[in-house]
Amino acid sequence: MKPMDNHTAVITVVGQDTIGIIARVSTLLADNNVNIKDITQTILEDLFTMIMIVDMTTSSMDIKDLADRLEALGTEMGLSMRIQHASLFNAMHRI
Amino acid sequence: MIADFEILETIRMFQEQHLDVRTITMGISLMDCSTTSSEETCRRIYDKICKRAEKLVQTGEDISREYRVPIINKRISVTPISIVAASSGTTDYTVFARALDRAAKTCGVNFIGGFSALVQKGYTDSDRNLIESIPESLAVTDFVCSSVNLATTKSGINMDAVRDMGRIIKRTAELTKDRDAIGCAKLVVFANAPEDNPFMAGAFLGPGEPECVINVGISGPGVIKSALETVRGEDLGVVAETIKKAAFKITRVGELVAREASARLGAPFGIIDLSLAPTPVVGDSIARILEEFGIENCGGWGTTCALAMLNDAVKKGGTMASSFVGGLSGAFIPVSEDEGMIEAARKGSITLEKLEAMTCVCSVGLDMIAIPGNTPATTISGIIADEMALGMINNKTTAVRIIPMPGKDVGDSVEYGGLLGSAPIMSVNPSSCADFINRGGRVPAPIHSMRN
Repeated sequence: MKPMDNHTAVITVVGQDTIGIIARVSTLLADNNVNIKDITQTILEDLFTMIMIVDMTTSSMDIKDLADRLEALGTEMGLSMRIQHASLFNAMHRI
Repeated sequence: MIADFEILETIRMFQEQHLDVRTITMGISLMDCSTTSSEETCRRIYDKICKRAEKLVQTGEDISREYRVPIINKRISVTPISIVAASSGTTDYTVFARALDRAAKTCGVNFIGGFSALVQKGYTDSDRNLIESIPESLAVTDFVCSSVNLATTKSGINMDAVRDMGRIIKRTAELTKDRDAIGCAKLVVFANAPEDNPFMAGAFLGPGEPECVINVGISGPGVIKSALETVRGEDLGVVAETIKKAAFKITRVGELVAREASARLGAPFGIIDLSLAPTPVVGDSIARILEEFGIENCGGWGTTCALAMLNDAVKKGGTMASSFVGGLSGAFIPVSEDEGMIEAARKGSITLEKLEAMTCVCSVGLDMIAIPGNTPATTISGIIADEMALGMINNKTTAVRIIPMPGKDVGDSVEYGGLLGSAPIMSVNPSSCADFINRGGRVPAPIHSMRN
């Protein structure tokens, strides 16, 4: 394995569907100069599931701080929100 | 790009199936710490470990937060102290154990391994000093782990050392009996000990290893168990394939963490240890995987076959995922550290004899097993001798980490809490092997050791 490109990250939001999830997450990202590259949402086993691929190159925060902010927002909205380096998923699912 | 279902599968592995990286272990050579003064040697040991491992814990925590991968333990392994302390002029090696313990505490790691000696063919004076210092050293320190290699396929078995270690284990139990003989949980004897093992209590940095190295131990019994739940009733070929795929993914997480840790700490990446390591938490058990194969209680007939298959499939999946595999790399079957194993032992479904059979096909050996405190030292040596023979003849690592709990008998248990768990006291065959053990000497290396 080569050293990882750690500019791309994956945000996942899982929980009860409610109004304004995407708005709140997108606002947090925009406020911190994080660019959304892809976004999908589905209802999976009765749970709202959103996956966002984001580019952190211009982010004003490092991923650890953004993770804390997302977690706090998740707690406030009663949802599980996490951000992780995309390289983790590439390592696990691609040869 | 990665598909949504793959992303969700990964999230579930971490959130529901207890996937984690069990340990990042930094190996640090102490070869350059030897001096002719024990005080100076201790000072150098402490300074070198603290300098090298200064950022180990912080780095582990950073990686853990950035990737959202739990990294349970950050640990250190060092050159066997019997080598480092050989010229120090003292015979009481507890001072070196104390130096290691102080360094571990300063660095914030939860274990440091390497209070060790390699005596498969015989003792140096220093090996003897170290072994005699083990009981006291494990009683007066918190984080030091000790290991002794008693046998190899190439050299045979040092039966004098097997005899001595029975006595040393009893003494260690006695000195820590007020803490359920916890000293014995930090002491392991080996056949064919790997020099790059990241797991405790057996981690040390072998003489052939580099100056400083990062070795990583993976985990993931819950992931394998969950994967097998999706193929209930299918034939064993499907089971093997399912395990391989899950093991591949688990190992890639370990590889990623190891590469990151290595780059950030400026130390080369050594190996990934593919061992499946259980914890006492429900859903993180090897025994439950074996039961998922279709065995009512772990220890029942079929258990050894299921374990052999599990172990082999994990290795096949894992070797595809990493170019550098080492350490123990096999399923661990510690009794006290595995919720399903504890229950099987309480029910009487698993016995010492069955565990011995299981160690023929997996990596570690008789691990974290509590036995009555009145078990004679020679019987403990007999248990060790049998396990050493399995390792020597089968060209594999085997080990014994056994706890003869003073004042307790079958029906009682020892309780450690945390990762070490709890263990019901298991019964031991009462036949004496004292005359066999007291013969001493060496068991010659087997014929298949001559491969040149």
